[in-house]
Amino acid sequence: MSQAPLLTRMLVLLVMSATPATAEVLVADTSRRHVAITTGFTGTDVLLFGAVEGAGDIVVVIRGPAETIVVRRKQRFAGVWANADSVVFQDAPNFHQLATSRPLEEIADPATLRQLNIGADNLEFTPAPRDRHRSSLEIAEFRKALVRNKRTDGLYDTEPAPVSIISERLFRTPVYFPANMATGNYTATIYLFRDGAAVQLIEKPIVVQKSGFGAEVYTWAHDRAPLYGAAAIVVAIAAGWLAGVIFRNV
Amino acid sequence: MHIYLPIAEMSVNIFLICGMGGMIGFLSGLFGVGGGFLMTPLLIFIGVPAPVAVGTEANQIVASSVSGVLAHWRRGNVDFKMGAVLVAGGFAGSSLGVFLFKHLQTVGQIDLVIRMCYVVFLGAIGGLMLYESIRAIRRSRLIGARRGKLHQHNWLHGLPLKVRFRRSKLYISAILPFAIGAGVGVLSALMGVGGGFIMIPAMIYLLGMPTSVVVGTSLFQIIFVTANVTFLQAVSTQTVDVVLALLLLAGAVVGAQFGSKYSVQMKGEQLRGLLSLMVLAVCIKLAFDLVARPDDLYSIAPIVGH
Repeated sequence: MSQAPLLTRMLVLLVMSATPATAEVLVADTSRRHVAITTGFTGTDVLLFGAVEGAGDIVVVIRGPAETIVVRRKQRFAGVWANADSVVFQDAPNFHQLATSRPLEEIADPATLRQLNIGADNLEFTPAPRDRHRSSLEIAEFRKALVRNKRTDGLYDTEPAPVSIISERLFRTPVYFPANMATGNYTATIYLFRDGAAVQLIEKPIVVQKSGFGAEVYTWAHDRAPLYGAAAIVVAIAAGWLAGVIFRNV
Repeated sequence: MHIYLPIAEMSVNIFLICGMGGMIGFLSGLFGVGGGFLMTPLLIFIGVPAPVAVGTEANQIVASSVSGVLAHWRRGNVDFKMGAVLVAGGFAGSSLGVFLFKHLQTVGQIDLVIRMCYVVFLGAIGGLMLYESIRAIRRSRLIGARRGKLHQHNWLHGLPLKVRFRRSKLYISAILPFAIGAGVGVLSALMGVGGGFIMIPAMIYLLGMPTSVVVGTSLFQIIFVTANVTFLQAVSTQTVDVVLALLLLAGAVVGAQFGSKYSVQMKGEQLRGLLSLMVLAVCIKLAFDLVARPDDLYSIAPIVGH
């Protein structure tokens, strides 16, 4: 992403936000709407930026598509650790990252954050029907484990990235998209908080897609599995035969 | 330089993967083994999900067995009739194996079973080889090596469905090679190995095949069984990463050439002793991971197609 169009866009935003006719005090956008996982992909930054009128705190949340996740607990059987108990959650986002202009707990109280689903610790997941009979204590234990594992994988927020505010008007923050994230429709939500309450929010979609050769391979492997399997065998036989012929006289 | 593996869904260093392929290829050329039983654990160690390691390694073994069998074919060291019976058993066994694999994956025990299989088989094979080579080294110091009778008759030779295998100079029941093929097929599907390290001793000691045709015939069987595993894993679990397989193969092909050159310069017993130590080291690492208390008792996995 070159710097020039970004600056122009920011200037435009500045002009827009300065117009007295609009009631909007918050404007924001992302540097890209589309993240392509190509063959050389090792993770990338997406820049979120905007302008705000008057005082307030900015909270940026990137949410990934929801997925069904099974959380398994290991137990020791005859000296060996094996998966035993498990709980299935139906709607855990596979990605949840934060950027804030101040520490989150100074911006709003936990109840508000829980209500808005901001911060991995404040997310609620729905257990699958088979696990609904369990005690809330048990569910909470598995829920915490899910968040912990996601954090280890770098998919949930550990410490919010800082949102830098320039001359009390412009703000920007880079959000890191790691190589192990899932594909799908992501949303960047920019909240403006005043006195502990979200007064305005802007949502921007970001599509994460595999692209190029890797995407082709993935699509074939999943949508045309028999053909992919046959092709894998043919490629292997050809490569093996080629190797055998090349090194025949070595 | 990194490359994103489309099925493993991770970014890996291209030189690390080629290097691993080269190293295992070197060892397989040096020791005359397939190397799958070392490659799959290595892939797991660097963070490739165990099911992808198994599915992909099966694919790679197809390729390395094809290049290996060509040389044996030219020398006429393949018993195609015996191979066909082994393949028939192998198809049955590996199909059952992939079915088991899929089931274990759904109930969340596949990682454990893969690792346990490795610990058991690497431990047994490594231990036996170490014992054998130590004995051989000792014996060679005393007197020249003495050879026992290889082909002994026992109750196994009384089974029905007797078939004449001319290339192997055998007249035995087809049930026996079929059963061996099937057993190795199950392991092939579960562990992502060709299974030569089990099949070759079985062919020599159980079937009584002459050693000259054993390697070629087992490679012939391995091609078909690992091809079957590759196909079934691709269809039922989507764990075959062609990109990863080709990278490993590129390294392995080159490594194998160097390995087979060096193997001429080293003594057989010492080679086997060395290999057994390596096999045992991998086994111990896997066993340790199974019994050591994990950092986090909980693990997560997405459920697809829910």
